[in-house]
Amino acid sequence: MNFKQSIRWFWPIIPILGALIFTAVLLILFGASPLEAAQSMWRGAFGDQSKTLSVLAFWIPLLLSSVGLLVTFTAGLWNIGVEGQIVMGAIAASWVALKFPGPQFLLIPLEIMAAMLAAALWAGLTAILKTRGGVHEIFGGLALNNLAIILTNYLISGPWQPPEGGTFRGTQPFQAAALLPRFAESRFSPISFVFAVIAFGLIILALRGTVWGLKLRALGKNPRSAFLLGVSSEREAILAMMFCGALAGLGGAVRVLSWFDSLRQSISGGIGFLALLVVMLASFRMFWVPLIALFFSAVLNGSISLQLRTQLHSSLGGVLTGVLVLFMLLFGNPGVLRIGKRSKEEVRDER
Amino acid sequence: MQVELQDIHKFFGPVKANAGISLQFEGSKVYGLLGENGAGKSTLMKILSGYQPADRGQIILDSKPTYFVSPANALTQGIGMVYQDPLDIPPLRVIDNYLLAKDKKLILNYQAAKKEMKDLLSKYNFDVDPDYLIESLSLGQRQQLELVRLLSGGAELLILDEPTTGISAEQKEVLFDSIRRLAYDEGKTVILVSHKLDEVQELCDYAYVLRQGKLVGGIKVPCPNERLVEMMFGQIPVREVRPDHELGKTVLELKNLSIETPRLTVQNINLEVKSGEVFGLAGLEGSGQKLLLQACAGLLRPSQGNLLLQDEEITNWSYHHRQQAGVAYLAAGRLEEGLVAGLSITEHIVLAQPKHDFLVDWRAARDITTERIKTYQIVGRPDSTADQLSGGNQQRLLFSLLNSPLKLLLLEHPTRGLDIRSTDWIWGLLNERRKDGTAILFMSADLDEVIERSDRIAVLSGGVMSRIVNAKETTVDELGHLIGGQA
Repeated sequence: MNFKQSIRWFWPIIPILGALIFTAVLLILFGASPLEAAQSMWRGAFGDQSKTLSVLAFWIPLLLSSVGLLVTFTAGLWNIGVEGQIVMGAIAASWVALKFPGPQFLLIPLEIMAAMLAAALWAGLTAILKTRGGVHEIFGGLALNNLAIILTNYLISGPWQPPEGGTFRGTQPFQAAALLPRFAESRFSPISFVFAVIAFGLIILALRGTVWGLKLRALGKNPRSAFLLGVSSEREAILAMMFCGALAGLGGAVRVLSWFDSLRQSISGGIGFLALLVVMLASFRMFWVPLIALFFSAVLNGSISLQLRTQLHSSLGGVLTGVLVLFMLLFGNPGVLRIGKRSKEEVRDER
Repeated sequence: MQVELQDIHKFFGPVKANAGISLQFEGSKVYGLLGENGAGKSTLMKILSGYQPADRGQIILDSKPTYFVSPANALTQGIGMVYQDPLDIPPLRVIDNYLLAKDKKLILNYQAAKKEMKDLLSKYNFDVDPDYLIESLSLGQRQQLELVRLLSGGAELLILDEPTTGISAEQKEVLFDSIRRLAYDEGKTVILVSHKLDEVQELCDYAYVLRQGKLVGGIKVPCPNERLVEMMFGQIPVREVRPDHELGKTVLELKNLSIETPRLTVQNINLEVKSGEVFGLAGLEGSGQKLLLQACAGLLRPSQGNLLLQDEEITNWSYHHRQQAGVAYLAAGRLEEGLVAGLSITEHIVLAQPKHDFLVDWRAARDITTERIKTYQIVGRPDSTADQLSGGNQQRLLFSLLNSPLKLLLLEHPTRGLDIRSTDWIWGLLNERRKDGTAILFMSADLDEVIERSDRIAVLSGGVMSRIVNAKETTVDELGHLIGGQA
């Protein structure tokens, strides 16, 4: 790896540092101490075991969705519908958890398969809307996101209402056998961590080692040429979306089966949109995805207790992630500062 | 108004689109600007109309050097251009579009503008209703609208880029009448950028001919067509004797094939290409050759007629289906339609293989790539990305991706932009393919190439195919006539 390549590899650090500095300046302007805020954020995220486990528990579904999005981004698809796919996964897992009594070793695989299947079909629908109906995946995805949320609300306030009456907050807690085994009374389930590791490994293999991954890359970079070289754009686009959907659905299952113990009104809590930011921030550097997802999870969980310790509102975490994304969009490419930018000669040689 | 272009240079990377062109235009005259595709006509006119600046040289209006920052700025100084694709906004109404460029006030005066517009329209016998949506107009009407907009903006010099492509015969008559009126009654200058020699002969007083970014010369028209063709394409070259080749059975057959696009309709093509035959399609850019090749490849659906591959009906086969059956298509835009910028040579080779395993054997793929790089003399490494290669090497890479054996090879400008050595090398490759029985159908803007490399030739002119001529018995002159649309 030469100097330029290493700069490109480590580049995501730059917007992250920039965002941290910017937020620090913002805090100083408002008369707060950035150091104190950082400390209490750190303590809020990793202060004790239960907090650390919370960060991890939030991290897993975020990681699963982000890893799925690596596939669609590679294929040049903007899978904004990932949020709805998480919700559909959560609904399908909840359906199994609520309706089928059974032993844990049967119930959990069933829940997960249902979640992955439902979300994959939901994502496939977006893809078919695009390839057959000419609806851009961003708009199809947004529409299906809303439908998924409406469906959740209907289920919670209607058919799956707790027996004691409609609270519009969630279903009754699932049977114990339906829940993922959790670590030390936390929301973190070690099995879900195993899922995430497997998913990450599979995606790396698929994107780097298979002909399918190569086809997706060709499709993402130049659909016309890919088509002329023999890539069936429709088939691959649908497959890529369904693959991503399956992983997002798994994330949704983890949400209901370990973070919560029931289907809730805001079951995803914006994890899908957060995952989009994670992947954009990583911009095709696959190995950065788990780290950035962990960083997001730590910032958001760390800022929850911010108000208790400092005078700062807990939305500081949101501010930081928002600023981070802006900085990423501004300085996301090494070329912005003319470092690692290709020389004129290189560009000319390419012509 | 007297307009002078002095020593205009414009480079796009290593491509010299304009290399020191000097021209003069006077009032009350109609000028033709001729040249084959890529000769630099459009570049030059875009510089004159303020669409893009020149790298060197200057524009002089009535002996004052000037500089345009935009087309709008050029119009305020009296120069307007009607582009091939009109610069209007299709979802708007005609009158809105007209006011968009003119009226900068907060509250628009529709009444006055409508009257003004109607007066102008009727003055030139144009037929456009100001209340219609632009998208509901024909190309000819949109052109009239652009003309009116430029005239009301004070244009003294009007540039029309291929104005008769895609408009009806009636509209063409109206357009020509208005051009004559503008020049001879109103003292304006009109520049007609055209491929169609007949139109230049009919309408213009004087023609400038460009070739490879340079001015070949000017000539008073009307003049013999041969003279213009010679200026456009250069000297008639020494003919190489080409080895005879035994032709086999018919591979490709087109029966009454018609293709309709908004811009051009290709009509009633009947054609047979035999095994081992090289069939050349000549004609000016946009005359239908590309549409024909794309229809054969399965990228365009013909509106009528049949396509047969070795006597099998393939009219409704998809591109990929035909690809599997041994039809290959190489487009002209290498990095747009063929190669994927950012993917390496190895990755291209893997993608183009007819059969795939689930996992890529990168080591084996690298070996194949190294071998192909050698065979096809590509200057690059297996991990060089397609966009890092030069144009000639991109072309070699495209050819290295073709599978063997092929039944039919469809080529768009197979040697465009290549030097003589690469060109000969590519044709060597293609002649090897002939020996395997591949039928080759290709289009080229280079008449010498078409004559030298083909067995038989057809010329397309405005979507109509000429009689088929034998390459051995034809001349650049004869093809020039056919290109001009004469029988």
